[in-house]
Amino acid sequence: MLRVCLRGVKATAQKSSGRIRLTNVHQCREYTTGESSGASRVVTAGLLTVTGGIGGTIIYSKWDHKFRAAVERNVPYSEWLLGLALGPASQDAGLPTRKQMEFIQPPSMMEKQMKTSKAKSEKKLKETTEHGVQDSDPASSQPAQNIQAEASAEATQIISAISEVQSVPAPCDTEPTAAAETATVLQDTESAATAEPLRERPAEEVAARLAQQNQDEKDVIASLSARLDDSLASSAKATLQAIGAQEAALQAITHHTHKLKEAMEAEGPSEEKSTQWKDLEAALASRTTSVNDAKTALVKANEVLDSLKSVIDKSKGLKISAARPLILAAEENLHKMVVDLDKVVSKVQSAESEAKIVAQYSELVQEARQQFQREVSSLTPEIQANWKGLTGKLSTDDLNALIAHAHRRIDQLNRELAEQRVREQIRMEAALEQQRAEDQKALDKAIGTASQHVKEEARLEQERKLVELREVIEAEMRTQLRRQAAAHTDHVRDVLKVQEQELRAEAEQVLSSKLLEQETRYRQLTQEQLDDFTLDMNAAYARLKGVEEAIDSHVEAEEAARKAHQLWLSVEALTYALKTASAESPSMPLEDAAEAMRASCVDNDFALALASALPEESLKRGVYSEASLRARFNSLRSLARRVALIDESHNTLYQYFLSYVQAALLFEKQQEVPPTQLHSEDLDTFKLLSYASYCLEHGDLELAAKLVNQLRGEARRVVEDWLTEARLTLETRQVISLLSAYANAVGLGTTQAP
Amino acid sequence: MSEKEIGKKLDRCLADGVVKLGTGLGLGIVFSVLFFKRRTWPITLFSGAGLGMAYANCQHDLRSHYLLHTSEQQKQ
Repeated sequence: MLRVCLRGVKATAQKSSGRIRLTNVHQCREYTTGESSGASRVVTAGLLTVTGGIGGTIIYSKWDHKFRAAVERNVPYSEWLLGLALGPASQDAGLPTRKQMEFIQPPSMMEKQMKTSKAKSEKKLKETTEHGVQDSDPASSQPAQNIQAEASAEATQIISAISEVQSVPAPCDTEPTAAAETATVLQDTESAATAEPLRERPAEEVAARLAQQNQDEKDVIASLSARLDDSLASSAKATLQAIGAQEAALQAITHHTHKLKEAMEAEGPSEEKSTQWKDLEAALASRTTSVNDAKTALVKANEVLDSLKSVIDKSKGLKISAARPLILAAEENLHKMVVDLDKVVSKVQSAESEAKIVAQYSELVQEARQQFQREVSSLTPEIQANWKGLTGKLSTDDLNALIAHAHRRIDQLNRELAEQRVREQIRMEAALEQQRAEDQKALDKAIGTASQHVKEEARLEQERKLVELREVIEAEMRTQLRRQAAAHTDHVRDVLKVQEQELRAEAEQVLSSKLLEQETRYRQLTQEQLDDFTLDMNAAYARLKGVEEAIDSHVEAEEAARKAHQLWLSVEALTYALKTASAESPSMPLEDAAEAMRASCVDNDFALALASALPEESLKRGVYSEASLRARFNSLRSLARRVALIDESHNTLYQYFLSYVQAALLFEKQQEVPPTQLHSEDLDTFKLLSYASYCLEHGDLELAAKLVNQLRGEARRVVEDWLTEARLTLETRQVISLLSAYANAVGLGTTQAP
Repeated sequence: MSEKEIGKKLDRCLADGVVKLGTGLGLGIVFSVLFFKRRTWPITLFSGAGLGMAYANCQHDLRSHYLLHTSEQQKQ
C-alpha cells in the first residue's frame, strides 16, 4: 500500500518534472537556437585560456626549476603532469658551474672532517682540484699564494683534525684564491695524512712537546734578535760612517768646485791667485782624500749591509713566526739605510759630474789663456805676462805690431771662431749625443735603483701586511682554539656529571639493597621473637581468660537460671491468665501478665519480641476460650448456611429467599473429616462448614479457622468476627506457647551437666 | 458481631416494610377516599408502592456492603 502510494507520488512527480524539463529545454532551445555561436565562442575561449595557462606553466617550469618545485608542491597532480611533459626534475642541468663548485666544496670540507679515510678525501680532493683548476686562476697563482695560505691551512688542519666543528679559514680576497687555498689545504692535509698517520699523543707528552717547542722558539728568537741587533748596529754605524764620508766628500767636491770657479773667474792680483791656486790644490787634495774615504766607507757599508741581508735571509729561513716582526723591522732599517746611502751616493756623483764639468771648463780656460799667453809672448817676447801695466811704456811699432797682431789674431780668431762654430755644432751634437747617452745611462741607473727601492718598499709593505694579517689570524685561531677548549671542557664536564650520576645511582642502589637485606633480616628476627613472646603471652592469657570465663559463665549460668526460672514463672502466669476465660466472656486482660513477663525478661530480645507480638486486643480485652468459640460457631453455622448463595453479584432479596430455601432443603453431614488437600469442589460453603465443625470438635481451632477462611461472599461476612476472634485466640496461644517453650528451653539450658 | 448484622438488617427490613406498607395503606385509603371515589386501586397502588419501597430499601440495605460509592471510587 505504501509502495503503491510512493509509486503514485513518484509518477506524478516525474510527470510534472518532465513537463517542467520539457518547458525548460524548450526555452533553452529557444535561447540556444538564437545564440548558439555565442556559447560555442565562450567555450572555445575558455578552452584556449586553460590550455594556454597549462602550456605556459609547463614551459616556464622547464626554464625555472624553483617555479617548478613550487608548482609541484602546491598543485596536487602537477608532478605527474610535469613529469610527463618534461621528464623528472633534474638537479644539475640548470645551475652554473660556479654554484656547482660551491655546492661541492663545503660538503667536501665537511666530509673531510667527518671521515678520516684517505681514499674518500683523495677522491674529493681530485674533484675539487679539478674544479678549482677549471674555475679559479691557473696554477701560477697557487704557488704564489701557497706561502700565504700555509698558515691558515695549518690552522684549519689542526682545528678540523681535533673536532667536528667546521672552521672557516680566514676570509680571503677572492673566491678563486679560496678555491686554490682549499685545494692547497686538501693537498697539504693529504700529504700530512700520508706523511704520518694521525695518532693521539698523551697529554703530558703533548704539553712537554709544546713547552719544548716554545722554549726552542724562544731561544732561537732570542739569538736571532741578538744577531739582528748586532748586525743592525754594525750596519747602521757603517752606513752612518759611509754617509758621513760621502757627505764630507760632497762637501769637499763642492768646495773644490766652488774654489775652481772662483779661481777661474776671479781676476785679482797674483798673490791672491796663487793663494787661490794653493787653496784649490788643497781643496783638490782634500776632495780626493774624502772621495777615497767615501768610497772605502761605501764599500765597507755595502759589505756590512750584505752581511745584514744574509743574516735576515737566514733568519727568514728559520720560519719562526714570532721573529717576523723583528726581521721586518731589520729589513726596513736595511732598506732605509740602503736608500739613504744611494741618495748620498747619487748626490756625490752629481757633484762629481758637476765638478768634472767645471774642471773641464777650467782646463779649457787655462788652455786658452796659456795659448793666448804663448801667442802674446811669441809676438812680443819682451812683454811680460802682466801686460796691462805696460800701456805707457810701449812704442808705436810695438803698438802697431801689437795692433796688427791683434788684427791678425782677431782674423785668426774669427776664422777659428767660424771653424770652431761649425766644429762646435758638430761637437755639440756629439756632446749632446754623448750627454744623452750618459743621461740615458744615468736615467736607467736611477730608474733601476728607484724601481729597486720601490720594489723593496713594496716587498716590505707586503711583509708588514703579512705580519699584521698573520697576527690577526693567530688571534682568531687562538680564540677558536679557546672556544674549542671551552667546548671540550663543557663536554667533558657533562660527561663526567652523567657518569657521576650513574655511578652514584648504582652505589645507592647497592647500598639500598644491602640495607634492605639487613633490615628484613632484623625485622624477621624481631618478628620471630615477638611471635614467640606473643604466643606465650596468648597462651597464658587464654588460660587466664578461660579461668575467668569459666567463673563468669558459672555466674552467668546461675543468673540465667534464675532469670529463666522467673521467665517460666511469668509465662506460667500468662498461661494461667489465658485459662481464665469462661464460657461466654473472654479471659481477663493479659496486660498485667504480659507486663510481668516483660519485666522478667528485660535483656532477652527474643522474649521481648515475642512479648510485643501479643496482639493488642488480647492485652486489652483478653481472648475467648476455645469452647466459647466452638459454641459460637455452631450458631454461626446455620446463619452461614442460610446466606450461602449471596455474594457480590447475587445479592437481591429474591436470592436471599432462594438461599434460605436452599439452606432449608440441603442436608449435609454435620461433621466431615477435612481432606489433607482442598480441591475446588471442597470450597463449597456447606462442606467447609462441616469440615470446620469437625475440626472444632476435635480441638483443631487452627484448621477450623483456615477452613472458615475459605468462605466467600456473605457467608464470609457473617463469620468475619468469629474468624477475627479465632485468629486472636490462636495468635495469643501461639505466642504464649512459644514463650513457654522458650522458657522451658532456657530453663533446661541453664541446668548444668553433672 | 458480624453474625448479628444480618439479623439486624432483616429486622430493619421488616420494620421498614411494616411501616411503609402501613403508610402506603393509609395513604391509599386516604387518597382513595378523598380523590378516587373509594376505589380499591389507589389502596393497592400505594400499599404496593409502600411494599415495593420497603423491598427496595431492604435490598439496598442488604446490598450496601457490596456497592461502591462514587466517593470511595474517587478515593480509590
